[in-house]
Amino acid sequence: MGKVAIIGVGQSAFVRSYPGSVRELAFEGFKEAMQDGGIKASDIDASVICSAPEYDKQRSPAGVLAEYLGLNPQPTFYVESLCSSSSMGLRTAYALVASGLHDVVAVVGFQKMSEISSAESQERMGRGADIQWESPFGTMMPAYYAMHAQAHMARYGTTSEDLALIRVKSGTYGQGNEKAVYRKGVTLEMFSQPGTAMSGPIASPLRVGDCCANADGSSCIIVASEEKARAFSKKPVWIMGLGSATAPVNMAGRDSLSGLFVARASAEQAYRMAGVAAKDIDVAEVHDCFTIAEMMAYEDLGFARPGEGRDLIRSKETYKEGSIPVNVDGGLLSKGHPIGATGGSQIRTIVLQLRGEAGGMQVKDPEIGLIHNIGGVGLYGNVTILGR
Amino acid sequence: MSEKKEADVRFSKFGTVSFTSLTKTNDFIDYLEQGKLMGTRCRVCGMVFFPPRADCYGCLSSDMEWFEVAGTGKLVSWSTLRYAPVGFEGDLPYSIALLDYGDYKVFGRIAGDLTDDDLKVGMEMKAEVNHLPNGQINYVFRKA
Repeated sequence: MGKVAIIGVGQSAFVRSYPGSVRELAFEGFKEAMQDGGIKASDIDASVICSAPEYDKQRSPAGVLAEYLGLNPQPTFYVESLCSSSSMGLRTAYALVASGLHDVVAVVGFQKMSEISSAESQERMGRGADIQWESPFGTMMPAYYAMHAQAHMARYGTTSEDLALIRVKSGTYGQGNEKAVYRKGVTLEMFSQPGTAMSGPIASPLRVGDCCANADGSSCIIVASEEKARAFSKKPVWIMGLGSATAPVNMAGRDSLSGLFVARASAEQAYRMAGVAAKDIDVAEVHDCFTIAEMMAYEDLGFARPGEGRDLIRSKETYKEGSIPVNVDGGLLSKGHPIGATGGSQIRTIVLQLRGEAGGMQVKDPEIGLIHNIGGVGLYGNVTILGR
Repeated sequence: MSEKKEADVRFSKFGTVSFTSLTKTNDFIDYLEQGKLMGTRCRVCGMVFFPPRADCYGCLSSDMEWFEVAGTGKLVSWSTLRYAPVGFEGDLPYSIALLDYGDYKVFGRIAGDLTDDDLKVGMEMKAEVNHLPNGQINYVFRKA
C-alpha cells in the first residue's frame, strides 16, 4: 500500500451569516484548495462531501455540489458524523486512494447554519444525541459538555478560571486569523465581571465565553496517491496515522464524564499507525467547541496526564512558543464552528504549519502535526497525524 | 389491549417534547403512569439495560423482561441550563443529570425545586416519576 498525501487545502472565511447559497459557499473553500494544489477539476477522480443534516433545505447535497464544483461525471460520496464529518471524509478519501480505486479525491466540508435561529440550532444539535431517551429532557450540546466540565472539576479540582484561560489563548490567536468569525482579544476580566461579554451563564458551569459560535463556512482538502502527489506538488504533506472510534450515544453508556473515550481510542490508533507518541507532536489542532473540550483533549491525547491539563494552560505550554502548541489559529472558539467544514479547517491549519506557510501563527519548524475532531458529545472521534 | 388498528403512540407522552412515538418499549410509559421507572433485562443472557431496549446486542435475543429502577444512585454530574432549545423555553431554568446505580446509569432531570447549591457530585439521589403541566410525563431526581 503506497503512501497517501494532502496536496491542496482551502477554506472560506467563517462568518455569522453567509450571503449566498450552500453551493456558492462550498465553492469558496474548493476554489482555494484547487488553486493551492495547482490542479483542475478534471484531475480529481472522486469527491467526498461532508456536512450535518437539517441546517439547510438541500437533501443529498453531494450530487448538487459535485455538479457546481465541476466534478461531473466523477462519483461522489456523502459522509456525515456531525462535527467530525470532514475528518471522517478524509478517512474515506484515504481508503479510496490507498485501495487504488481513485488517485485524487477532493474532501469538501460545508455548513450554512444561519438559515435557522440559534435556539433551533440547539434543538438540531441536541437531536444529534439520543432523541428517544435524552432529548425529551431538553438537552443541548453546551449542557452535555457542561456535565463533562462539572465532572472534571469535581474529580480533579479544575476551575472555571482554568477553562477561561483556554478562551484567552484562543483570543490571542483568533485576532490574527483573517478567516475567523471572532477576531477580538479576550481577557479574564471579561469572564469575571457580571454583564460583560463572556460572563453570561449558558449551562452551569459553562458561560458564554466557554462556548464557540455557530458559523457558516466551507473547507476543502485534496488527497492524492504518492505518485500523483509527487507529480502535482512540491510540498506534499503525508497522512501518517488515522484513528476513529464511536461510543454509546446516551450518557448512561459512558464509563466517565471527565474525558472522551472516542478521543483516547482514536489517538491510540493514530499514534500506533504513525509510529509516534504524544511527545513527538509538534503542533496540534483540537476540537475546542467548548473550553472544557480542549482541556479534556490535552489529557485524552496524552499531552498531559488525566487531571493535569490545567497545568499545561496555566504554564502556557499550549501557546505558540510552548512545548505543545494547540489551536494557534484561534480554534473553534475564535474561528466559529460550521459543523461539516470544521475538520477540514483544522486539517488545513496543520498542513500550512507543516509546509511553513502559516504566516503569523507559524510555530517553529514543525515536522509532525495532529488533528483531533469530535462529533456529537464524544459520539464520534477522529484523530489524524500528518507529517512532512 | 384494544383490537383497533390505530398506531400505539404512547411514547409521544415522554418528556416536555417527545421525538419518538412508536417503539417496542412503549410499556415504559404505562409503568411511569403507575409511578414506576423501569429498565429491561435480557431473559436469555441476563444483560441489564437502562434506557430500556427491546433487543439484546449481547446474545441477539428479543426476549426481555422489565425491572424497576430501585434504590439510590450516585450523582455523576449535572448542568443547569439558562438557555434552552426550541420547545423547552418554558421549563427554564432546569437541570439535566446522570445517576450511577452500579449496574447501570440513568440520565434525566433534577427535581425543579433543587438548585446548583443543593447538588454535589457523588451525592445519593433517587428517581421519581413526574407529571408535567402539559399532560406529558417524565422522571426527576431527588435527594435520597
